[in-house]
Amino acid sequence: MALGKIEKVIGQAVPIPGDDIDTDRIIPARFLKCVTFDALGEQLFYDVRFDEDGKSLNFPIDQPQYKGANIIVSGNNFGCGSSREHAPQSIKKAGFDAVIAGSYAEIFFGNCTTLGIVCAEASDEVRASLMKAIAENPSEKMEIDVASSKVLFNGNSYDVSIKPNSKSAFLAGNYDSLADLLARMSKVKELEAGLKYSFKS
Amino acid sequence: MGKNLFNKVWEKHTVDVLPGGQTQLFIGMHLIHEVTSPQAFAMLKDLGVKVAFPERTFATVDHIIPTDDTSRPFADPLAEEMMQAIEKNTAENGITFFNPESKKQGVVHIVGPEQGLTQPGSTIACGDSHTATHGAFGAIAFGIGTSQVRDVLATQTMSIAPFKVRRIEVNGKLKPGVYAKDVILYIISKLGVNGGIGHAYEFAGDVIDTMSMEGRMTVCNMAIEGGARVGYINPDETTFAYIKGKPYAPKENWDEMVEYWKSIASDADADYDDIVKFDAADIEPQVTWGINPEQTIGISEKITNPKNDVMQEALDYTSFSGGDLMKGKKVDVVFIGSCTNGRIEDFREAAKYAKGRKVAEGVRALAVPGSFGVRDKAVAEGLDKIFIEAGFEWREPGCSMCLAMNPDKLVGREISASTSNRNFKGRQGSSTGRTLLVSPVMAVAAAVTGQISDCREVFNIGGK
Ligand code: SF4
Repeated sequence: MALGKIEKVIGQAVPIPGDDIDTDRIIPARFLKCVTFDALGEQLFYDVRFDEDGKSLNFPIDQPQYKGANIIVSGNNFGCGSSREHAPQSIKKAGFDAVIAGSYAEIFFGNCTTLGIVCAEASDEVRASLMKAIAENPSEKMEIDVASSKVLFNGNSYDVSIKPNSKSAFLAGNYDSLADLLARMSKVKELEAGLKYSFKS
Repeated sequence: MGKNLFNKVWEKHTVDVLPGGQTQLFIGMHLIHEVTSPQAFAMLKDLGVKVAFPERTFATVDHIIPTDDTSRPFADPLAEEMMQAIEKNTAENGITFFNPESKKQGVVHIVGPEQGLTQPGSTIACGDSHTATHGAFGAIAFGIGTSQVRDVLATQTMSIAPFKVRRIEVNGKLKPGVYAKDVILYIISKLGVNGGIGHAYEFAGDVIDTMSMEGRMTVCNMAIEGGARVGYINPDETTFAYIKGKPYAPKENWDEMVEYWKSIASDADADYDDIVKFDAADIEPQVTWGINPEQTIGISEKITNPKNDVMQEALDYTSFSGGDLMKGKKVDVVFIGSCTNGRIEDFREAAKYAKGRKVAEGVRALAVPGSFGVRDKAVAEGLDKIFIEAGFEWREPGCSMCLAMNPDKLVGREISASTSNRNFKGRQGSSTGRTLLVSPVMAVAAAVTGQISDCREVFNIGGK
């Protein structure tokens, strides 16, 4: 299994204004009873996207001009709440590759990094002007350059920051430890052979 | 300076140090259940990776299984779907599944020890936060996330950083009517719910040395509630006697394994990051009053006036007040079960006091064995009849009312005296319901009096 390096994220962006968007908002708890994370994409932000009768509330990701967006631009303390992996999974399954927010809850950030979701931090001013520019040019493509931590949009360049550990993991393509673990399977087998276990029925 | 068990086991299981600085740790025994494994199998399929050591993974079903009508298909279609997924995933990958038909099914942390799979010196992982339970046998056991379940399935290893080790000694002798559950609730109330972050807890001292395996499992089970992902107890003759003769226990190589198990126990002069000591004489029956397990007091104590926002939030939620005794608080529901207190010893001890008594009017009382093994023993000893005669519902094995993923739930503002391990907001299925954590004997006392009571007074234990 080869993990791709993540040097750039390119695509349409969607503004989701608001601070403290918690994991329950991202994926309501009742959707935890599931056998794959597959449906989580459709359930992303479910309770703020639909009313009790399932009617669309015209949440940004459902507005026609933002269909197909793969970058979320949001507020401060994004992803706070529970440690459940279902939240970043639902973002990923819904087709998002990156989030630009003021800040992130720690566990959520770690989970996102493992999944290869780029979480960039941007100041209130940068996010405000990005949100405005996106609203005016919704079909315009945005580019997040991981190495230089710059966002290019509509001819302008914006400074964001990406935590050093996750940045180097994205650039090296080892943000998901599975590749590193699999690369050492011969060592694993050697160690296993020498361990003392005895469970046979 | 000698080594502690944690360091010995960690070293033996270290495959490599990964580029990011984490340890690649070999997981000797992997347990899975229906909630956190299906997504991991789906990820493997996407990646085209096979299960590396299927003989080192064992599966059961516990969270979603109904404890009344277990006929298939389950009434809840989502529960049925999860059941089918684990049946399919285990069959396709050659993994042993302790399903209800095998009569070995039960809560994952009860099944492992009961089958003799949980052994000293092992590393054990499970996609469930109460995995430290297995540490009672001198194993290093911890809960993992779904991506790590995938990693363990794919490689039998995972990326993890080592823990610090804190030795917690409880010395002296417990007073009559005080149980393992009271010991761990007391420890958490003193060290806090975050006290163990980054640590493995080694439980030791006279009280632990003389405790049964069931009691030791109760103690280790709740290590995570004190913030410690790992809790363990050094293996001794009590441990070996429990394992001997269990289905998966070593047979012809028994002596050799015991020799090995002895060698991995902490050395007498082992090094620890710190040591904390408690006196058994200070511990009385405990009961929680808030929304985390640290919010615990002795039965004769009063809730202190709120000192911080967390305490205030808890009292706002439970509608109790600073200065209140918990003794005398009315209960609506009593739940005896879960991976904390759903073992045979718990039901034996509870039955001793339920015998010949009646559940108070208006109280709904559930006795839910943690596994088929526990249920069968209890039935053979006639314990089920004692509970039923006293007015308890006697159920089929599962997690039941420990959490809200199956039909057993609190309703509205109900208050439950529960032998489980978490009293979080909404934990037992009602977003406004309240959970008071207690020992099984305290639960029986609450059931028969309809309120939180001192089990020593109700049952005249220890001449009180
Ligand atoms: S009994 Fe409760 S704590 Fe234990 S595994 Fe089941 S749900 Fe989790």
